[in-house]
Amino acid sequence: MKILKIIIPCLLFLLIVWIDLPENLKVFNTTINPPSIDKQIGKYRIKKEFTTKLGLDLKGGSHLVFETDISKVKKEDLQDALESARNIIEQRVNFYGVSEPVVQTLKSGDKYRISVDLPGIDNVSDAIKLIGQTAELTFKEEATSQAKIATSEPIFARLTKETDLSGRHIKKASVTFDSNTGSPQVALNFTNKGAELFAVITKRNINKPVGIFIDNFLISAPTVQQEILEGDAVITGSFTVDEAKKLAIAINSGALPLPIKLIEQKNIGPTLGAEEVRKSVYAGLIGLIMVLLFMIAFYGKFGIIAAMALVIYGLITFAIFRIIPVVLTLPGIAGFILSIGMAVDSNILIFERIKEELRKGKEFNIAVMLGFGRAIDAIKDANITTLVVAFILFNPLNWEFLPQFGMIRGFALTLAIGVTTSLFTGIVITRRLIDIFLKK
Amino acid sequence: MINFLKYKWLYILISSIVIGIGLFSIIKWGYSYSIDFVGGTNLQYLLDKDVKLNKVKETLSQESIEIIDLSKKGKVISIRTKAISDKKEQEVKKSLEKNLSVKINVLRSETVGPTLGKETVRKTIIASFLAVIGILIYMSFAFKNFNFAIAAIIAMFHDFLVVIGVYSLISHFFHAQVDIMLVTALLTTMSFSIHDTIVIFDKIREYKKYEGKNDAQYYANKALTETMVRSINNSMTIVFMLLALILLGGSTIRFFIIALLIGTLTGTYSSPFVATPILVWFEKRKKK
Repeated sequence: MKILKIIIPCLLFLLIVWIDLPENLKVFNTTINPPSIDKQIGKYRIKKEFTTKLGLDLKGGSHLVFETDISKVKKEDLQDALESARNIIEQRVNFYGVSEPVVQTLKSGDKYRISVDLPGIDNVSDAIKLIGQTAELTFKEEATSQAKIATSEPIFARLTKETDLSGRHIKKASVTFDSNTGSPQVALNFTNKGAELFAVITKRNINKPVGIFIDNFLISAPTVQQEILEGDAVITGSFTVDEAKKLAIAINSGALPLPIKLIEQKNIGPTLGAEEVRKSVYAGLIGLIMVLLFMIAFYGKFGIIAAMALVIYGLITFAIFRIIPVVLTLPGIAGFILSIGMAVDSNILIFERIKEELRKGKEFNIAVMLGFGRAIDAIKDANITTLVVAFILFNPLNWEFLPQFGMIRGFALTLAIGVTTSLFTGIVITRRLIDIFLKK
Repeated sequence: MINFLKYKWLYILISSIVIGIGLFSIIKWGYSYSIDFVGGTNLQYLLDKDVKLNKVKETLSQESIEIIDLSKKGKVISIRTKAISDKKEQEVKKSLEKNLSVKINVLRSETVGPTLGKETVRKTIIASFLAVIGILIYMSFAFKNFNFAIAAIIAMFHDFLVVIGVYSLISHFFHAQVDIMLVTALLTTMSFSIHDTIVIFDKIREYKKYEGKNDAQYYANKALTETMVRSINNSMTIVFMLLALILLGGSTIRFFIIALLIGTLTGTYSSPFVATPILVWFEKRKKK
């Protein structure tokens, strides 16, 4: 048993170090890389690479420019329409899983454009498709007043009569799976007004098809079996899971008030400049070394423990950043630095308490035990309060009145990860290290 | 034991002066907002002959254009400025042509909207208020006493005022701008401030429990004496880190780090010298 207690932490530590390794590290003519997983399990493909994802400000990414078609927008509404298009695009990109894009409106002469900067993502063309989709959802029924059109006509030609129901009446769209066939579909949940309209439409179309159109393109035309009062509908079609997901995102974020078209795509460098980043990393390292030296100078052998705990803390946090993965930007790094400060603080608190107990003349082992017990209250309360702040800023439930994306969330995420890890290293690792190295 | 609370008038004086000067600066000079908030203009000119970049810079400053980025590649110069009107742009082009005696062919001229819309700012403010309420609730539970929570929040607000006030001074004298990074620095300061205060309050809570018969002033002083070393050591470590970044780091993040440094200093100062006196005052009032 005792040997397991040593081996398991050692193996975990090695795994963490492996994940943290710089890419393409050369050791004695062999190249070592962080681990990567690429496995096919049944239908699902698990692919994971543990590399650092840097944001636009630190690494650059893709720069996309879309031209808007303003021909159908009234002049006085133009500014609002552009602003709302910008917000919708930002929302789509964020829900797609790209963190911290920069979306801006551009005016060039009498042309209005929207630029989208995405930090390095694998599939730019997918993102472009999602952004560019107007996603105007409409429902159409068969024209009844006209003389019966021959049923031999293709179905989209028969569904010509527009209804009042549209994407505005959708409360939420989500991906579900057909209970019989298991194929993905998009479930629509109407607002109250939408449910009313839908009930009326289904009532007058029993045994007739109702067409669901996206951007005037027929997606599906189910035949109505009965009046639907619950305000739910599903769009079936031959979707892949990915397509269904994107459609749901597009419907949820709302239709773009004006059609847009991609006119420019290029790669851009980091906004902060490589030299700036290099200098700051260098300065950060020097700062960190100074902190460690200070701790050792002031707390002696405890300081050495703190330095070790801090290095382990840094390695674990960095590994978590790579596992999730967290896109690191400058605000994110600020959150990280703050959490380093708090991690150091946990150690200082513990050591001061132990010293206090030692001053009272307690035996070393007992002083360590008591000191830890006393310090933990303060560490717990201070860190939980910080977590409360990070939780609200991160807005995990996506409430609309809180920041839904952008740098505030990046900051909150790294802060939360950092503080949680520091709780763990402060309480568990520092304790273990003292037990191993200092216990008499 | 040192009687820290004896000097409370001194702390009130220091805080009032710092915040007072800051507020004066905000009212008198306000802030200069970065393109994150106000948007900017990108210009790209093709010149018919090679010119010195310094000359371009000179002309632009004569036209009182705030340059964000200026670069040259052969005969093409790229200028990024804060948003300027079409008319102003024409004037700039003319004076460049005149001063440098060149002919300019406009390759690109576009106005960029702000990245940080009003909505984002509004939502961040709402989130901060909610965070304050969250802190109040958690601290009231953890300390079983509402006074601790209120005192900590007041100290946090104090630190917020110090940072925005001092930043306004820096903004005026050293041309720092209000940008996304300042918002982050403010959030960091507020988290740090609460964190630091709680550590001291934890000690006060402990003494209160064991020596509750004595008055608030006594155990607060005792707690301050005990925690002073850790407070100073803790902020020293952060200050080391930030000083290294200010002295050696890149220039674009310098003002951000300076804001963080001010936040750390005031956050450390406010826990013993703002939050604690307020707490003691509350506790004394309760007894009467």
